[in-house]
Amino acid sequence: MNLTLRIWRQRGPEDKGRMVTYQVDDVSPDMSFLEMLDVLNERLILQGEEPVAFDHDCREGICGMCSLMINGEAHGPQRGTTACQLHMRQFSDGDTIDIEPWRARAFPVVKDLVVNRNAFDKIIAAGGYITAPTGSAPEAHSVPVAKNNADAAFESAACIGCGACVAACPNGSGMLFTAAKVTQLSLLPQGQPERYTRVIGMVDAHDEAGFGGCTNIGECAAACPKGIPLNTIGRLNRDYLKATSKRAGTPGS
Amino acid sequence: MDLYTEGDPIADTKAPDGPIETRWERRRFEAKLVNPANRRKLTVIVVGTGLAGGSAAATLAEQGYHVKSYCYQDSPRRAHSIAAQGGINAAKNYRNDGDSVHRLFYDTVKGGDFRSRESNVHRLAEVSVNIIDQCVAQGVPFAREYGGLLDTRSFGGAQVQRTFYARGQTGQQLLLGAYQALERQIGLGNVEMNARHEMLELVVVDGRARGIVVRDLVTGEITTELADAVVLASGGYGNVFYLSTNAKGCNVTASWRAHRKGAHFANPCYTQIHPTCIPVSGDHQSKLTLMSESLRNDGRVWVPKAKGDNRAPKDIPEDERDYYLERIYPSFGNLVPRDIASRAAKNVCDEGRGVGPGGLGVYLDFADAIQRLGRKAIEAKYGNLFEMYERITGDDPYEVPMRIYPAVHYTMGGLWVDYDLQSSIPGLFVIGEANFSDHGANRLGASALMQGLADGYFVLPNTLPNYLANAGSFEKVDASHPDVVAARAAVEERIQKLLSINGDRTVDSFHRELGQIMWEHCGMERTEAGLRKAIDEIRALREQFWQRVRVPGDGEGLNQSLEKAGRVADFFELAELMCIDALHREESCGGHFRAEHQTPDGEAQRDDDRFAYVAAWEYTGDQPVLHKEDLQFEYVHPTQRSYK
Amino acid sequence: MAVTGILLVLFLILHMLGNLKVFTGETSFDHYAHWLREIGTPLLPSTWYLWIQRTVLAVAVLAHIGAATVLSMRAHAARPVPYAHRRKIHVNYAARTMRWGGVIILLFVIYHILDLTTGHLNPQGDPANPYGNVVADFAPERWYVTLFYVLALVTLGFHLRHGAFSAFRSLGQQTPKGERRARSAALVFAVVLVAGYLVVPFAVLTGLVA
Ligand SMILES: Cc1cc2nc3c(=O)[nH]c(=O)nc-3n(C[C@H](O)[C@H](O)[C@H](O)COP(=O)(O)OP(=O)(O)OC[C@H]3O[C@@H](n4cnc5c(N)ncnc54)[C@H](O)[C@@H]3O)c2cc1C
Ligand code: HEM
Ligand code: SF4
Ligand code: FES
Repeated sequence: MNLTLRIWRQRGPEDKGRMVTYQVDDVSPDMSFLEMLDVLNERLILQGEEPVAFDHDCREGICGMCSLMINGEAHGPQRGTTACQLHMRQFSDGDTIDIEPWRARAFPVVKDLVVNRNAFDKIIAAGGYITAPTGSAPEAHSVPVAKNNADAAFESAACIGCGACVAACPNGSGMLFTAAKVTQLSLLPQGQPERYTRVIGMVDAHDEAGFGGCTNIGECAAACPKGIPLNTIGRLNRDYLKATSKRAGTPGS
Repeated sequence: MDLYTEGDPIADTKAPDGPIETRWERRRFEAKLVNPANRRKLTVIVVGTGLAGGSAAATLAEQGYHVKSYCYQDSPRRAHSIAAQGGINAAKNYRNDGDSVHRLFYDTVKGGDFRSRESNVHRLAEVSVNIIDQCVAQGVPFAREYGGLLDTRSFGGAQVQRTFYARGQTGQQLLLGAYQALERQIGLGNVEMNARHEMLELVVVDGRARGIVVRDLVTGEITTELADAVVLASGGYGNVFYLSTNAKGCNVTASWRAHRKGAHFANPCYTQIHPTCIPVSGDHQSKLTLMSESLRNDGRVWVPKAKGDNRAPKDIPEDERDYYLERIYPSFGNLVPRDIASRAAKNVCDEGRGVGPGGLGVYLDFADAIQRLGRKAIEAKYGNLFEMYERITGDDPYEVPMRIYPAVHYTMGGLWVDYDLQSSIPGLFVIGEANFSDHGANRLGASALMQGLADGYFVLPNTLPNYLANAGSFEKVDASHPDVVAARAAVEERIQKLLSINGDRTVDSFHRELGQIMWEHCGMERTEAGLRKAIDEIRALREQFWQRVRVPGDGEGLNQSLEKAGRVADFFELAELMCIDALHREESCGGHFRAEHQTPDGEAQRDDDRFAYVAAWEYTGDQPVLHKEDLQFEYVHPTQRSYK
Repeated sequence: MAVTGILLVLFLILHMLGNLKVFTGETSFDHYAHWLREIGTPLLPSTWYLWIQRTVLAVAVLAHIGAATVLSMRAHAARPVPYAHRRKIHVNYAARTMRWGGVIILLFVIYHILDLTTGHLNPQGDPANPYGNVVADFAPERWYVTLFYVLALVTLGFHLRHGAFSAFRSLGQQTPKGERRARSAALVFAVVLVAGYLVVPFAVLTGLVA
């Protein structure tokens, strides 16, 4: 099939950037979206133009590196699918496809479609862990975890840190990402001791990074390629309320 | 032979002797320690943030060292360990099915086709149990049973259920555990994280590894980073084949640069070809996707009995199907080790019984399992893998059997290290897939995660201090030291060279062609003639590369073509060494199958008299020099591997 | 947001119940309106309670608008460069219209106060006879007033539908099942409330209340 692409080109962080139109022909429906961009790039290089920079690595939907806004939708039209796993059979001959980077103040554009998502790492560094220095761990079976809690924790832990939630959110909020980690750790017995300091630390880091506030719209969960459920945000809110009320710090409570 | 020369044999001088169960304990006790107050003054560079690098950086920082960490992705969380699906082995024996440290040790040595070191493997099996404890404490959400205890499943090459897993995302969950521990240390200021930085050279001063030269991939700036020791955890080099299950960015550059500076490269030809991957769909193919080996627990592998039978799978009656793994290997059936399953698939395809476009595929069929356990149960176990398969191929595996074909997956070879995981350059330690240490000629499923974490959490943090204890007597270096300046200049020169060729072919086109040569002649089956041909072709292509490659843009700022070009340039050199290694090893073992050396029924034929050694190659710039490290087997006596 | 919103919702419920007293007849309704002014007497001087309530409401409205403004400004700051191609929000219409909906509601509330509380914009404007004021308001020939009222209330309905759900969420509703319940409860609540308000003008319009 033949496609028209309109791609955001921006030489560097200081450049203003603009949409540029390209034509790509003979696209196979078995190609992945990124393979289609590879074909374009091969051609651009031979024509003496700069190829389009875009982030990708695993190309199997797990590393969270790919990050394309395709026709105004984070990771494109197929639900539960990252851009690298999106295949061209989802499009038809003659389509025009707009490709843009994630847009958020906390994710500044590095070049073309590449953004800097360091803000997510900062949120994790602010509490998204369980303190368990190597060597200090008790025998794994000393604390059983109810299967339903383990499964729910896993569901939240599936987040790949791609940032599609932020890209899709009308408020530019990173609350789904933050809530996914808070939920995972607060569902596990091992996560209890730091439960309340964690949520405060992470939400503060989130706000500080320049993400917008959450108004429970739900676009994030609709765009999330890993199906992180919206109710994780409710868990975060509940922990946050408890943490900010005095009780959470009181011994024995 | 004309292609290499033979040097002095080498020995692993750090490996203790005595009863095998006591060796690690003894080594730990004998190792020198560093006073806690002095640790902060010591800097360790860790290249790579995968399971190996992430866990090592976090642990060393917890111990009090100052750590500088590097990865080429935008976040340490994205190292390719994230993609591991199936699981991680540990000798917990929670199932009471006869597992033990000794059995895991035994299975791993045997699975590696008797080409690994017993001491190392035993240590690996010992610490495997600590890994599970550590990960659970970090909040890794392993699969659990209704009673709240950890679930396990079976994996290829073992008859016990010792594989712990987190649905089909075990690597992701383990890596996030290590990543979170690392982020905690970053937050505390103990680790200086440098994401989107690529190591392009090793700095060796006075015979010791003292730093690296890195390029900031965002600004293009080249800097030298100095330290008291350097740890490489830069992963495997499967991408030398262009198509593999590795991430696009996986590369050999860090290891190769160290090799050029004097680190021996061991067993480069040992490559693992994974039997269950999604077949190639066209020329545009940029990578191959693994379908976890765990699928072989419930899926049955078959091809039609007749050649060229191109009926739809459901129209082929039971008695016209050949469940060839079950037929040839009745006791392990579909769960034979990877090398065996892959070669069997190749054989049936070579016979003309392969299915799908080009006849390069076999069926992995879940119909029986779905009937026996119900669709729900299958969905719970493999749901995400089935979805992934459908997304890529457009076929629904609940209805139509999957089509799979072997693909390059893992590299057992890597930089040579001693028992302490130190390379032949003092102060350069190598961990994870980047070293060669524990898997011999074939790695068992779910053992790479185990090895990466064993190295990073438990082994290196015990052996590195022994080296650092003497750091006080090292020569002082700063950026103006002539060796440091030279290392940096070499990097700049190479980048300028790549940018200035301005030829008429893209980097990818070269990489793809190199991959085809390697797959054809240094893949699942190797012959002397093929390997010789490959070496000639690689040399010719490399020459073309340096004359005709076009790298657009400049060295400033993000330039993904430049990154690729540097990596491919190193792959060319590695590819040649792999072929030389494969050529010199005139036997078949594990993932290395020489067509000239097979048993009458087509199994790999080892030659223990001539080849029970590790081939450690020294770089000379011209013919490589082979150093042999003899392997001794005191506990597991080499036998012909049999899974029948 | 949630707390001030809930205060406003409480008021909306009381206010709706009060409005429904129209159906009990003119004297009863006027009596009720008068009684409102006397709550708390003799403990509190006449109309004090009403003023307390008004103050609380005013503060709530201001805080609510303030919080909404902060959220909007943060959202704006969080995405300085807009998308060239932006698909409409697919999850729900109500969530999308919170901000403009809120402004429409505010305009309505201002008009509403000038109309029925102060009487400035009311055709009758007799503080002693609210029943008459209401009837005069929604007289058939003043259909445009009714139309505006209806539109404003439908907007309010949307606002409440997402608002109520969002408030549950903000206060920690956290299970998937609870989420379905919260969504349904919000919808039912919004519909009942809007219906409760709308019966009054329709009753006047159809002559049921005259
Ligand atoms: C698809 C797939 C599935 C797998 N499934 C399993 C499984 O189920 N069980 C199992 O045991 N094993 C599995 N494996 C193998 C296992 O995942 C890997 O061997 C292991 O994770 C490697 O970890 P590592 O830390 O050594 O390297 P990696 O995780 O690959 O990390 C390499 C790191 O080095 C960095 N790096 C590399 N080069 C440079 C450079 N030049 N400069 C700076 N940084 C650099 C990268 O950024 C990255 O951080 C699987 C592998 C694949 C590909
Ligand atoms: C200018 C006027 C108004 C604006 C700009 C406004 C804006 C908003 C916004 C943005 C929200 C969303 C908060 C969220 O989703 O969490 C909200 C919620 C809400 N609004 Fe308003 N609003 C206004 C007036 C009103 C009025 C007059 C009422 C009631 C009479 C009201 C009732 C509510 C309620 C109950 C909520 C839910 C609280 C919550 O979300 O937690 N609003 N409003
Ligand atoms: S919550 Fe979903 S969309 Fe957001 S970062 Fe995680 S995986 Fe991506
Ligand atoms: S490239 Fe890894 S998730 Fe898309």
